[in-house]
Amino acid sequence: MKTSQAQSHPLDPLLRTDRIPHIWCPGCGIGTAFATCLNAMKDSGIDLVQTAMVSGIGCSGRGAGYVKLDSYHTTHGRAIPFATGLKLANPKLNVVVFSGDGDLLAIGGNHFIHAARRNMDITVVCVNNFNYGMTGGQVAATTPHLAKTTTTPVGNPENPFNAPLLAYASGATYVARWTILHARDLTESITEALLHPGFSFVEVLSPCPVNYGRRNRIKPMDMLKIFREKTIIRNDARPTELDLDFDKGIVLGKFVHDTDRPSCVELYDKTCRPQER
Amino acid sequence: MTGDEACAEGALAAGCTFFGGYPITPATEIAERMAARLPRVGGTFIQMEDEIAAMAAVVGASCAGARSMSATSGPGFSLMMENLGLAVVMETPCVLVNVQRAGPSTGLPTMGAQGDMMQARWGSHGHYEIIALAPSSAQEVFYQTILAFNLAEKYRTPVLVMTDEVVGHLSERVVIPDAREIQTVYRPRAKGRKDRYKPFEPGERGVPPMAIAGEGFAVHMTGLTHDERGYPVMSVECQEQMVTHLVGKIRNNLDDILMTESYRLEDAEVVLVSYGVSARTALATVDEARERGIKAGMLKLVTVWPFPEDEIRRLAQRVKGFVTVELNLGQIHLEVQRAAGGRVPAVLAGHCGGTLISPDQVLDAIEQHFSLSRA
Repeated sequence: MKTSQAQSHPLDPLLRTDRIPHIWCPGCGIGTAFATCLNAMKDSGIDLVQTAMVSGIGCSGRGAGYVKLDSYHTTHGRAIPFATGLKLANPKLNVVVFSGDGDLLAIGGNHFIHAARRNMDITVVCVNNFNYGMTGGQVAATTPHLAKTTTTPVGNPENPFNAPLLAYASGATYVARWTILHARDLTESITEALLHPGFSFVEVLSPCPVNYGRRNRIKPMDMLKIFREKTIIRNDARPTELDLDFDKGIVLGKFVHDTDRPSCVELYDKTCRPQER
Repeated sequence: MTGDEACAEGALAAGCTFFGGYPITPATEIAERMAARLPRVGGTFIQMEDEIAAMAAVVGASCAGARSMSATSGPGFSLMMENLGLAVVMETPCVLVNVQRAGPSTGLPTMGAQGDMMQARWGSHGHYEIIALAPSSAQEVFYQTILAFNLAEKYRTPVLVMTDEVVGHLSERVVIPDAREIQTVYRPRAKGRKDRYKPFEPGERGVPPMAIAGEGFAVHMTGLTHDERGYPVMSVECQEQMVTHLVGKIRNNLDDILMTESYRLEDAEVVLVSYGVSARTALATVDEARERGIKAGMLKLVTVWPFPEDEIRRLAQRVKGFVTVELNLGQIHLEVQRAAGGRVPAVLAGHCGGTLISPDQVLDAIEQHFSLSRA
């Protein structure tokens, strides 16, 4: 067998293979989340020439750098408003935001809720690894209560966002949450999200063994066990019951799929542009 | 119409198709007019959740091919600095209008100043070059907004239009020429084999041809230091190559970019250097000074950035001095001093903002600092 064949991967056409190896650490879940996202892009049958990926800053924010599509690695927290401009300037584009929890929910939190409120026609895949990985493991808006990070050395005094509830309450019309262990469900959800007109949000819980796991004495395999044992799949669960609390158990599933509400682009065209009479 | 309205009309005449805004005095009227006008000409207006988002959307829209802009004032200008830097590094054409009001901070929202001129030059972090224009009247706002779009597209760079509250709110006659008389420029476009295209390989005038989203070039753009493929490279060499390219794109085309106007400068002994609304004060002062027998002239900066330092340097060899007339306590004044190089005195006629500078204040500055031959 030729070496080049042995090293080929079904997703190679979608990857900037000249940029591999990637920066993600051993045991990191972002690669799985990213591959799942690319598989969903293939499965959905959307026109990939007309598809752009936008990322912000952080480990997950490097996603845009590896995809062989029009791809934009923007400023910290600003992937969603950048994507908004991209989409509004050319509504034919499929715009996918692939970024992390710190980027999308803390520094970019304001943009997140407003894009959801507008039902902006973009898909947001949020890799949640419970901390700021790129900078060495600081507390995030998604760090569970009492978890240790470099900036909460004795435990996190605060509580994390329930991201699906935030998205739903803000107006998102597609909301799901999975872990990287649930690759099939996740692929299905991202595929649905890509085909959904309006604001679609998929949270992907992902291990960060080097920063989060190490400081909380969770071995890499144990984190995956937690993802299996401390989660429960409950589609259509009430968004208020989706707290990020491993002690109580974390609910996964597809929670919102509202196809009745018109998307931002649709509403703008209908409301603001002169109509033919 | 007012300067703000003329700005919107200039943008539309230049072919603007996207405006990402956020309300702020005294720039709001630009957004209001664009909100009403853009959807009727096939463009899109969106009021974002803050100025950070507005500028991010402007850069995104430009990447999708729109002639893209925003307009703001001091506090919003500060928030837009982050993604202005992104536009510089991604080489994304866009126009940002700052209708300046007196600062710092919230300052005097309804009163004019020119205190953001150095922020215009250096407001985003890192070393870069920027183009900034400074119109003095509603008519000039109209033309300079078109010029700003054309320069932005030609050089794949953000261009700033630094107007102010007085010009923005002043209602004046504005002549809008027939659309056929207005020349518009669009960015150099990517051509040829898609697998060989490099999004940051310099082309004519050092400007890389641009592929827009959805054309099939699969471009990658990043705010990180990158090579000609757009790929991040964390090295001293790549940093030098990229920043030198970004700076060179402007510095090597000064003959095309720099624009000044002169008034009674031929035999002038004292040169009033001014721009924006203060150039109107300077203009009146030149005539009054001439009536008093003082040989004054004016150099008006159309492009404040890049700064026309060679022109000041040449003037410094034959005149007796400079007075910079501006609504701050010395910003462009410092540049004039630097370019004059100590050869002749360069002084300031300025104040903290909130009202215009009176010709009397400029005349006082002239008489206090220069003993000039009287005709």
